[in-house]
Amino acid sequence: MEEKLTLFKNRKRFGIEKNIDIIFKNTALVLSSFVAIILLGIILVVFFQSFESFSRYGLKFLVTSEWNPVKDEYGAFTAIYGTLVTSFLSLLITIPLGVGTAIFITEDFVPKVFREIIGSFVELLAAIPSVVLGLWAIFVMEPFFRAFFVFLHNFFGWIPLFSTEPTGRNSLLAILILVVMLLPIVTSIARDSLNQVPKKLRNAAYGIGASRWKTIFSVILPAALSGIMAGVLLALGRAMGETMAVTMIIGNSNAFSWSLLSPGYTISSMLANQFGEADGSQVSSLFYAAFVLMILSLVVNIFAQWLVKKFSLKY
Amino acid sequence: MNSLYYQKRLSRNIGDKFFTSLSVICALIAILPLIFLVTYILIKGGSQITPELFTLEPNPPGDDLDAGGINPALIGTLIITTIASIIAIPVGVGGGIYLAEYSKGGAFSRFIRFGVNVLAGVPSIIAGVFIYALIVSTKILFGSMYSGLAGGMALSILMLPTVIKTTDEGLKLVPNELRYASLGVGASMYTTILKVTLPSAFRSIATGVVLGIARAAGETAPLIFTALFSYYYITGFGDLFYEMGSLAVLIYNFALEPYDAQNKLAWAASFILVLSILSVNIFSRILASFTEKTKRV
Repeated sequence: MEEKLTLFKNRKRFGIEKNIDIIFKNTALVLSSFVAIILLGIILVVFFQSFESFSRYGLKFLVTSEWNPVKDEYGAFTAIYGTLVTSFLSLLITIPLGVGTAIFITEDFVPKVFREIIGSFVELLAAIPSVVLGLWAIFVMEPFFRAFFVFLHNFFGWIPLFSTEPTGRNSLLAILILVVMLLPIVTSIARDSLNQVPKKLRNAAYGIGASRWKTIFSVILPAALSGIMAGVLLALGRAMGETMAVTMIIGNSNAFSWSLLSPGYTISSMLANQFGEADGSQVSSLFYAAFVLMILSLVVNIFAQWLVKKFSLKY
Repeated sequence: MNSLYYQKRLSRNIGDKFFTSLSVICALIAILPLIFLVTYILIKGGSQITPELFTLEPNPPGDDLDAGGINPALIGTLIITTIASIIAIPVGVGGGIYLAEYSKGGAFSRFIRFGVNVLAGVPSIIAGVFIYALIVSTKILFGSMYSGLAGGMALSILMLPTVIKTTDEGLKLVPNELRYASLGVGASMYTTILKVTLPSAFRSIATGVVLGIARAAGETAPLIFTALFSYYYITGFGDLFYEMGSLAVLIYNFALEPYDAQNKLAWAASFILVLSILSVNIFSRILASFTEKTKRV
C-alpha cells in the first residue's frame, strides 16, 4: 500500500508541465491568428496607402484611362479593362479544354497507366514558375503565332477585337499564355470532382440504358458541377492576379484599344512595371489600383469558397 | 434480335463517337503544348549550362558578348527562400497545430480556415506591395530599403497558407486512437502533440511544406520591388540588408534585355529553376505514394 502511494506521488504531473501545456496552447493560438492579422494588415495597409489617390480621384479613377505622372493625372480604366478581358477570355478557352481533358482522364478511353501519367504530368505543369512561361512566351510563342495574327487581322480586321496591325507583344498573347497557366488548375480540379462522383450513379445510368456520353452530360457533369465551378473561380482569381508571364508578353501600353492585337495593360503588370520607380501621388494611385485588384480577387475567392460550401456533394 | 448487337449507325452511337473524339482532341490540344514547353525549356536551357555559370557574377547588359554567370542570383534564391521558410514554417505549423488539435470547430477556427483560403488566393504581387509599404518604404529594417530580408518576408506570406493547410490536414489524418492512447497513459497535451501526433503526420506535412518552398522559389512578383536585383556576389551577413538578386528576377530582367547574351543567361536560369522545382515535385509525389501504400491503421 505504502509503496503504491509513493509510486503515484512520483507520477503526479508537475506544475511546470501544466504551465508548459498552457503556454504551448496559447502559442499555437497566437500563431494561428497571424493569418488573420496578415490578411487584415494587407487590406488596411493597401487601403490607407491608396487613400490620397482615392480622395482626389474617387470613382473617376476606375473609368478614365489617363495615366500621366507629369500632369499628375491618373485613371486605371485601361488596366482594369485589360485585367478583366484577359482573365475572362482566357477562362473561356480554358474551360472546355480543361473539362474535356479531365473527362478524357477520368473515363476509360485509354489504359489507366496512361491516364495517370497524363494526369500527373498536367499537375506538374502547375509548378512551373510563371516567369519561365513568360520567357517562353517571348521567344517561342510570339514568333510562332505572328503569322496567325496577321491572318486574323487581314480576314477579321473588321471586328474591333482584331482591328489593329499586329506588332509583336499584345493582349491576345497574354490570353494564350494565361490559358497555358490555367489549364493545369482547371484540369486537376475538374478531374478531382469527376472522380468524386460515386460509381453507383454511373452504374445506375448505364443500367437504364443511357449511352456513355448521355451519362456524362446528364449525370456525371451535373453532379460534379459545383466542384468544377469552384475550380474555375479559383482559376479566375489566379488569372486576375497573375503578374509575370502577362507583364512580359502583354506589351505594357496604357493606350486604350478594343483590339486584342494591340499592346495592353493589366493591373498587376502596371504594378510590376511602375512600382519600383514611382514617387509622389503616382505611388498612391498604384496602391489604389492594387486595392482594386485585391477586391476583385477577394470577391472571386470568397464566392468560390461559398460555392464549395453551399453545393458540395452530399452522397 | 438485331437490337442485341452494337449498331454503328445508331444516332446515340454516332454521338458518342463524336464526343469521345472531341475529348481526345481537347486532351491533345491541352497536353501537346505543355510537353513542347517543358522539353523546349529543358533543351534550350540545358544547352547553356557551363561550369562558369555557377561561379561568376552576371555582367551588366551591353554589347559585351560574355554574359558571365548567375552565382549571386542562385545564392540569393537560396537565401531568400530560406528566410521565407524560417518565418513561414514555425508560424504555419503552429497555426496548423492549433486548428487541428485544439480548436473545436468554433467561430474562431472557422474564421482562420476561411482566412487561410483567402490568403492563398491573394495575388502574389499584392504581397510584394504590402511588404513594400510596410518595410521597404518605411526603412524599418535598420534604415535599409530594398533587401533580401524584405523579399523573404514577402515570400513567407505566400508560403504561410500552404504550410498551415498541409499541417492542419496532415494532423487531421492521424487516427484519434493514437491521441487517446497517449493521453490515457497520462501524457500532457503538448507531449502528445510533439511526441505522437506530429511525428506520425510528419511525412505528409513535410511533403506539403517542401512543395510550398518549391513554389515560393519560383515566385517573382513579390520580389521585384522588395528584394530588387543585384549583380554582385553575396559575401557576408550584412548583404541581407541590401538589394539581393534571385533566379526568378534574373529571368525577368534578362528576358526583356535586347542582348542575346543576357537572354541566354535567362534560359540557363530557367533550366536550373524548372529542373529543381520539377524534381522536388516528382520526388515528393513518389514519397507520398510510397506513404500511401505503407500506411496502416
